[in-house]
Amino acid sequence: MKMKTVRRAFLATVPVMAGYLVLGTAYGILLTDKGFPLLFGLVQSLLIYAGSMQFVGINLLAGGASLVQAAIMTLLVNARHLFYGFTMLEKYRDAGKMKPYLIFGLTDETFALVVNEAPAGSDRNLYFLLVTLFDQCWWVTGTLIGCLAGSAISFNTEGIDFAMTALFIVIFTEQIMQADDYLPAVTGVASSLICLLIFGPDSFLIPAMLLISALLTGYSLLCNKKGGPTHDA
Amino acid sequence: MTHDILLVAVMAIVTAAIRFLPFILFSSSRKPPGIVTNLTRLLPAAVMGMLIVYCLRNTNLLAGSHGLPEAIACTAVVISYVWKRNTLLSILIGTILYMVLLQIVF
Repeated sequence: MKMKTVRRAFLATVPVMAGYLVLGTAYGILLTDKGFPLLFGLVQSLLIYAGSMQFVGINLLAGGASLVQAAIMTLLVNARHLFYGFTMLEKYRDAGKMKPYLIFGLTDETFALVVNEAPAGSDRNLYFLLVTLFDQCWWVTGTLIGCLAGSAISFNTEGIDFAMTALFIVIFTEQIMQADDYLPAVTGVASSLICLLIFGPDSFLIPAMLLISALLTGYSLLCNKKGGPTHDA
Repeated sequence: MTHDILLVAVMAIVTAAIRFLPFILFSSSRKPPGIVTNLTRLLPAAVMGMLIVYCLRNTNLLAGSHGLPEAIACTAVVISYVWKRNTLLSILIGTILYMVLLQIVF
């Protein structure tokens, strides 16, 4: 049963492997491009382990952001993970000794895998553990490849940081294609643009975050009151 | 360097805190309040929109290449994604196109 569980968990993570190896590599190249050492990339992929946030983190690090700025940014970028936690409460209740690691490794991609039930005939807790572990292995391996490649290649990397923009545009496009309510997306873009015009490129982010949080909280309360639509974006 | 390490520590701690919070706050019998679940569903699209603006914040529409490389590369990402729905393909197309535009064309 054990080997069967290992094999099933491995196969389940193959699609994530492709994504994490490529994105991890891009992340490693960008990080090295900004002058950070390999060890720094590895530590981040081991300890932060949050794709989008690590990409944003490169800018925070390179721009010398303040700790408060970094904390607020992380809070907003990763707020969606709260939802994953709520969803997994029941399923991970009896996950045993490795429960803290399962929670620590609950990224978008891992959530997408573990939200499905473990295959019949496999050790459930072991399956969830291995899926989480394999996924992080792919991410760390990708980072390693990227950091090595980044310091080995010598072509003109100008413009390579567009990879991060492209990643966010892809996620955003997917969210819009699946959304039944475009208001959150519009709120996000409009608030950011308005704040960018008022506060300028170096200090618009925190006002934009506050404005978005305020508007969406208001909207959320309004929906609750009306017993209005639930949002499965 | 010390500040860099502190930044990484902050990002790691806040990320972990967010992931652990639901398990600390709510036992499986106690459901989170509607406002919290609502907000966690509304935020992702808004934050992603904000991040795109953040990535493009230094684009100058009034001078230089007038944001043309950015506009072209972004459009290519959206169109290729709607067409093929392949994340990696769209990132690759957009990034290579942008690098070519920036380094050779403009």
